[in-house]
Amino acid sequence: MFGEARPRGVPPVGPGGDSRPSRLPGRAAGNTMKPFQQLDFLGLDAELSEDERMVRDTVRSWSSERYLPIVMDHFEAGTFPTEVLPELGEMGLFGANLPEEYGCAGLNNVAYGLICQELERADSGLRSAASVQGSLVMWPIFEYGSEEQRREFLPRLATGELIGCFGLTEPDFGSNPGGMRTTARRDGDDWILDGRKMWITNGTIAQIAIMWARSEEGFLGFVVPCDAPGFSAPEQKHKFSLRASVTSELVLEDVRVPDSARLPKAKGLRAPLSCLTQARYGIAWGGVGAALACFDEALQYTKERVVFDKPLAGFQLPQKKLADMATDITLGQLMALRLGRLKDAGTLTPAQVSMGKRNNVHLGLEVARTVRDMLGANGISLEYQVGRHLCNLESVITYEGTHDIHTLALGHELTGIPAYR
Amino acid sequence: MKIVVCVKRVPTTDVQAKIAADGAALDTSGFQYMLSFYDELAVEQAILTKEQLGGEVVVVTVGPGDATKELRECLAKGADSAVLIKDDAWMDRDARSTAKVLADKVRELGADLVFTGRVATDRDNAAVGAMLGTLLDWATVTDVSELELTESGGTAKRESESGVETLTFSLPAVVTCDKGLNEPRYAGLKGIMAAKKKPVEEVDAPAAENHVQVQSLALPAERQEGRIVGEGAAAVPALIEALQNEAQVL
Ligand SMILES: Cc1cc2nc3c(=O)[nH]c(=O)nc-3n(C[C@H](O)[C@H](O)[C@H](O)COP(=O)(O)OP(=O)(O)OC[C@H]3O[C@@H](n4cnc5c(N)ncnc54)[C@H](O)[C@@H]3O)c2cc1C
Repeated sequence: MFGEARPRGVPPVGPGGDSRPSRLPGRAAGNTMKPFQQLDFLGLDAELSEDERMVRDTVRSWSSERYLPIVMDHFEAGTFPTEVLPELGEMGLFGANLPEEYGCAGLNNVAYGLICQELERADSGLRSAASVQGSLVMWPIFEYGSEEQRREFLPRLATGELIGCFGLTEPDFGSNPGGMRTTARRDGDDWILDGRKMWITNGTIAQIAIMWARSEEGFLGFVVPCDAPGFSAPEQKHKFSLRASVTSELVLEDVRVPDSARLPKAKGLRAPLSCLTQARYGIAWGGVGAALACFDEALQYTKERVVFDKPLAGFQLPQKKLADMATDITLGQLMALRLGRLKDAGTLTPAQVSMGKRNNVHLGLEVARTVRDMLGANGISLEYQVGRHLCNLESVITYEGTHDIHTLALGHELTGIPAYR
Repeated sequence: MKIVVCVKRVPTTDVQAKIAADGAALDTSGFQYMLSFYDELAVEQAILTKEQLGGEVVVVTVGPGDATKELRECLAKGADSAVLIKDDAWMDRDARSTAKVLADKVRELGADLVFTGRVATDRDNAAVGAMLGTLLDWATVTDVSELELTESGGTAKRESESGVETLTFSLPAVVTCDKGLNEPRYAGLKGIMAAKKKPVEEVDAPAAENHVQVQSLALPAERQEGRIVGEGAAAVPALIEALQNEAQVL
C-alpha cells in the first residue's frame, strides 16, 4: 500500500473490488480480498486506445463498487437486482456499439467487448442481462427493424426504461431452432402468435419480447409487448446456475399484434442466428472476464494461505496450475481482441465468432473448476467468487450455441462437410 | 463562471511501494495511475457548480505526457476543456513550485473559482491547494465537506477533529474538497466519446525551482506478527505481563 492508501473512513472494497476507494454504500462480502488486479501478461493494454481503456475502467469501477457488494446475496436468494438496469442505461452500456442517433453510445466493438468482459468479471448473470438487451433485442431492431421501430424502441432500450427479451428456444427445440413450433398466422392486417418458449433470459422483467415464429412466409420476427392479452412469462425457478438472472418461460396464446410489430427485414432463420452471432461475440470477451476474476482470486489466495509452513503459492502443483491458467487466459485475451478488431474492420465471420465463444467460455469454466479446487473448502463458499462463476458458466457453455454445436460449426467450416445431422 | 479544477494523477492505491536505487525516489516500474480520490470530488463539485450556476470547467494538471488519460476522464464526466502542463519530473516537483505553475495558469485562464482535492493521495502533503490560494491572494477555504455557492461567494463547512466550522467567503476563491462533499459520478460512455472531441491544451512546464528536496525515503517498519496470549478473563494476567515487559507500554 502506498501513502494514504484509502481516504479516511472509506471502508475497504469487497472481493474483486478495484483500486479506487469505494464511494457507495453496499455490503462487502465477508472475505477481505485485495482489489482486483487484472492479469495482462503480454501488455495488451498497450493495444487499447485511451477511450477503450477508459470504458473498461469505468465499467470495472462500477462493477466493483455497485455490483460485487450485492451479488452474493442475490445469487443465494435467486433474484436479479433489477434496480441496476437504469444505472447501466444511464452509463450507456446497453447497445453501446449502436449509433448515437438512436440514443446509443456509438462505441467500437472492442470497447463493447471490454464492457462484456467487465460485467462478466462481476457475474455472468449481469453480462447476460446486458447481452440480451444489447445484442438480442436492440441489435435486431436496428438491423431488421423499420425506421419507425428503431426510433420508437432503441432510445428507450438504451436508457433501460424498456427491458427486452429474446424468444427463440422452445421446450423441444434448442440447438435446432429450425424445428420451432411457435406459429404466426395472418388475420387481416394483424398477426396471431401461438406457442411456448423456454429458458428466456429477462423474460419476466421485460416489457417487450423479440419473438421468433414460423409462418407460411417462413420464419419471422416480431416485437411483442409483454402486456399483450394472451402473453405470460412465468419465471423458471430452481436453477443452480445464473441464479442472479431472470430466466423465464414465454407462453403465447392467441396473441394479436399489428403488422407494424413485425421486423420487416427479418426473413428466415438467418435473422435470429445473426443476432446470436452478435451476442456470442460479447460472450467471447465475457469468458475472459470470468476467468480473470477467478485467476486473480486464486493468485491472491494461494499467496496468503499457508499450508505445511509455506504459502500455497510456493508449491509446484499450484504454480503449474497458475502458469497454465495465465497462459490460457492470455491466449483468450488475444483471441477476443483480434475478434474485436476484425469486427470493427467489418470482416468478422460467424465461424470466427464460434471459435471465440467456444474457446473462451471453455477457458472460463476450466479456470473456475481449477480455482474452485485450489481454494479448498473456501472454494465452495459464496463469500468467494469462484463458486458463483463456476455455476454460472455451466449455463454460458450451453446457451448461445452449446460448446459441441460450435465444435460442429468449426468442423463444418474446416471441412466443408456439415455433421449436425 | 469560469471554474478551474487542479488535479493530480497518483499511483493506484494497490501498488507496492519500492524505493529506487538512489534511495530518495520511488521505483515507479509497474505503477498504474489514477486520479487522486479527492480530486474526483473537486471535479464533481466543479461540474455540479456549472450545472447550478452555468459557466465553464477547465481541468488543469501538472504531469507527464500520458496524464491525458486522467484528464480525459474529467472531460468524460463533464468538464469542458483541459490543460496538461507537461513535466516529466512531476513527481519531484515540490508543492510550492507546483502551486506557482498552477497559479500562473489560473490567472491566464481568468478563473473565478478553483477547486482542488484536500490532499493528493500519494505524497499526502495537503499543501498545493492552500499555497495556490496564497499565491493568487484569493479567499482560500480548505477541507470543505459542505458548500453552497452563489455568483459572488459561498458558505462552506469544514470538519476537523475539534468540531465543525462554518465560513463565508467571497469570490474569487480556492476551495479544497474533502470527503462527504459529494458522490463523484461515473463517466458515461457517451461522455467518454464526447471527451475525445474536447480540447486538451499541452504546454511545457517551466523548470522547477524546488526549495524542498527529498533526501531519503524509507518504508514503514514491517508490523510484527501478532501473538494470542490466551482467551477470555484467564488471559488478562499474561496480557498485562506482555504489555508491561515486552511492549513496555504500561
Ligand atoms: C440460463 C439460460 C438462459 C437462456 N437464455 C435464452 C434466451 O434468452 N433466449 C433463447 O432463445 N434461449 C435461451 N437459452 C436457451 C439455450 O440457447 C439453449 O438451451 C441451447 O441452445 C441448447 O438447447 P437445448 O437446451 O434444447 O439443448 P439440446 O439442443 O437438447 O442439446 C443437448 C445436448 O446435445 C448436444 N447436441 C445437440 N445437437 C447435437 C448434434 N447435432 N450433434 C451432437 N451433439 C448435439 C448439445 O451440445 C448438448 O450437449 C438459455 C439457456 C439457459 C440455460
